Amino acid sequence: MNFDFSEEQQMVRDSIARFVQDDYDWDTRRAIVASDAGMKPENWQTFAELGWLSIPFAEEEGGFGGNIVDTSVIMEELGKGLVVEPYLPTVVLFGGLVARAGNEAQRAAVLPKLIEGGVLGAFAFVERQSRFEITDCKTSASAARDGYALNGEKVVVFNGEHADHLVVLARTSGGQFDRDGLSLFLVPADTAGVSKLAYQMMDAGRVANITFDNVALGADALLGEAGKAMDVVDAVIREATIAIAAEAVGIMGVLNAKTLEYTKTREQFGVNIGSFQALQHRMVDTMMAYEQAKSLLYKVLCEYQESPESADATVHALKVLIDRNSKLIYGEAIQLHGGMGITDELDIGHFAKRLMMINATFGDGTYHRTKFVEKAYAA
Amino acid sequence: MDIAFSQEDLSFRDEVRAFFTENFTEALQQKMRGKEFKTAVVEWQKKLHAKGWIAPNWPAEYGGTGWTATQKYIFETERSLAGIPAAVPFGLSMVGPVIYQFGTPEQKAQFLPRILASDDWWCQGYSEPGSGSDLASLKTKAELDGDHYVINGAKIWTTYAQYADWIFVLVRTSNEGKRQEGITFILADMKTEGIKVNPIISIDNHHSLNEVEFNNVRVPAANVIGEVGKGWSVAKALLAHERTSIAGVADVKRNLRLIKEAAAKEINGGKSLLEDAGFQQRLADIEIELMALEFTDLRTLATMAAGGFPGPESSLLKIKGTELQQATQELRMELAAYYQGVLSTDMDPEVLGHDFGSEARRQFMYGRAATIYGGSNEVQKNIIAKFVLGLE
Repeated sequence: MNFDFSEEQQMVRDSIARFVQDDYDWDTRRAIVASDAGMKPENWQTFAELGWLSIPFAEEEGGFGGNIVDTSVIMEELGKGLVVEPYLPTVVLFGGLVARAGNEAQRAAVLPKLIEGGVLGAFAFVERQSRFEITDCKTSASAARDGYALNGEKVVVFNGEHADHLVVLARTSGGQFDRDGLSLFLVPADTAGVSKLAYQMMDAGRVANITFDNVALGADALLGEAGKAMDVVDAVIREATIAIAAEAVGIMGVLNAKTLEYTKTREQFGVNIGSFQALQHRMVDTMMAYEQAKSLLYKVLCEYQESPESADATVHALKVLIDRNSKLIYGEAIQLHGGMGITDELDIGHFAKRLMMINATFGDGTYHRTKFVEKAYAA
Repeated sequence: MDIAFSQEDLSFRDEVRAFFTENFTEALQQKMRGKEFKTAVVEWQKKLHAKGWIAPNWPAEYGGTGWTATQKYIFETERSLAGIPAAVPFGLSMVGPVIYQFGTPEQKAQFLPRILASDDWWCQGYSEPGSGSDLASLKTKAELDGDHYVINGAKIWTTYAQYADWIFVLVRTSNEGKRQEGITFILADMKTEGIKVNPIISIDNHHSLNEVEFNNVRVPAANVIGEVGKGWSVAKALLAHERTSIAGVADVKRNLRLIKEAAAKEINGGKSLLEDAGFQQRLADIEIELMALEFTDLRTLATMAAGGFPGPESSLLKIKGTELQQATQELRMELAAYYQGVLSTDMDPEVLGHDFGSEARRQFMYGRAATIYGGSNEVQKNIIAKFVLGLE
């Protein structure tokens, strides 16, 4: 048994931590978020140069051949700095789908550029009616001359504003809720008939609603097997769920540390508020909530490395616990910071909003609890 | 034991309902949500004033309604259920009662009619940068110079100071004796030279809070309410007013109604959330706690109706009430799934694809303040521990 990180993993962790410390202090981040683009292209180049964009991809694609633990290490550290550059949408979602489902030509066309920082991507899978059920899909790709005609709309597409390439989930057969009949398409964002409405989210993420109006796609736009997209999508979303859980663990640790520090210096009634036993017990609770979340993340990482599918129930459990424990932790962080905690100026609320967005991504606690019950207690 | 309202109470309820339906128009609500917030609020409060219903908690001799405790309860409940915001409290619920209780005849004549008519917009200068729930640690000082006090210092978390004509301020006029002594309650015209309002953007990305700076602000000594150095007693009397009807049971009820309406329309995998066992159980947890809180609230009401005074038990109403408000705000926000994260509130719902996520999150985020202001819930628990349970 060994819960240590490898030397390479420790090096990546240190290098991201150093980046956050040197190039991503709070004022810098605030300026990046407020800029027109809402991200800093130079940072993305830095990520490429330091090799972070290559880590999950196979060596034959020019990648590092990393595994889920590597991705988690990266996401946890990016989380600590509330880094807004689109690692999850581009590398984990978009890159993950192309790497898994793409043929050789598609992989060669996309992945080397992605790894060198030349391409941003997004996965368009949420629809206005779908909530967390990815298979609830109305966007259609019907057979047309030499390929497909894509019609429909995707909403809240992460990194949708900046993505050069999209992977779009569309129905090639079956009814609105069917798991079968869904297919993936690789669509350059500037294809005729693709239009975007960009907007900003509470966590500073730049997203877009993307409309497809009779978009003509060649047969080579199909990514993976027609009608069988969900196996790949499930695999990538599973990995992305673990990734944002790791990010959440990073944020929860930061919030606890900041809150603890504050209670040791904040004076009320002539003493530090950290001396009140009632508050001490609550900070013990948030510390335990953090450790428990971290433990369940580690369990998921161990199971996933055995076989990704076998980790399914535990991934649902993890998302439930992240939801519950992050609410406790950001709630207490805001409450114990008092009036300052509810200002936009202080960073606490921004960490809270990223946790809230993580909870609302790929299914919230209520959704995953139901899924856990189905998986774990199936007759 | 029974909770039936009398026939008179029921017809009173119908009259209140009819008035709200007729006067709290859609056009007015639109205005209240937008840039014309202040104008719309004043317009609505003037309607209530014209009807004679603006100050249910004031004694009839000062312009109150003379209602029974039950009638006040009915009025508040109907207001909340109709989604009508409470009157801005700083004038009507805070400084007004202080003035009729402690003010001189001249002060009453000068301020009370304009408060009732919403001609003056008031704000509250209590908290200071650093003072938090420990109000008595305040440092803003006022020194007598002829017939004026000269105020220097800063107040913070001042809601709506950007709209205010007047501010009531707790200032330190002496450093002798206990910290609570030497505090004075004084009124300042916001137009006075040396008062500066700095906006604070809150976690919901809106501007309702401010910091108010005082730099050599000269305020007539005649604006002191009660005795110089006795401001702490005045402030405490004010807080007693603030804590009535603080449970917000009707607000929570209204939120639950909105949640159920929305949950019926949110479909996950072909099934509405209202039919989802996981969601139902969360809803039930809140509803059960609310059923109990409503009766805790009614028990307090019965005490008051019998001529009693709500004691430290009202802290219980604040704690449980704010917890339930936050729970319903959270549940409503989560109904919006991904859309709870949308920052811009001015996007056309038709284009965006959803109509309440952003607003629900804004309420959830600002709602975090409810367990902090007016004496944080931790302080409320200290009050219960000390004065109800006798723990020192």
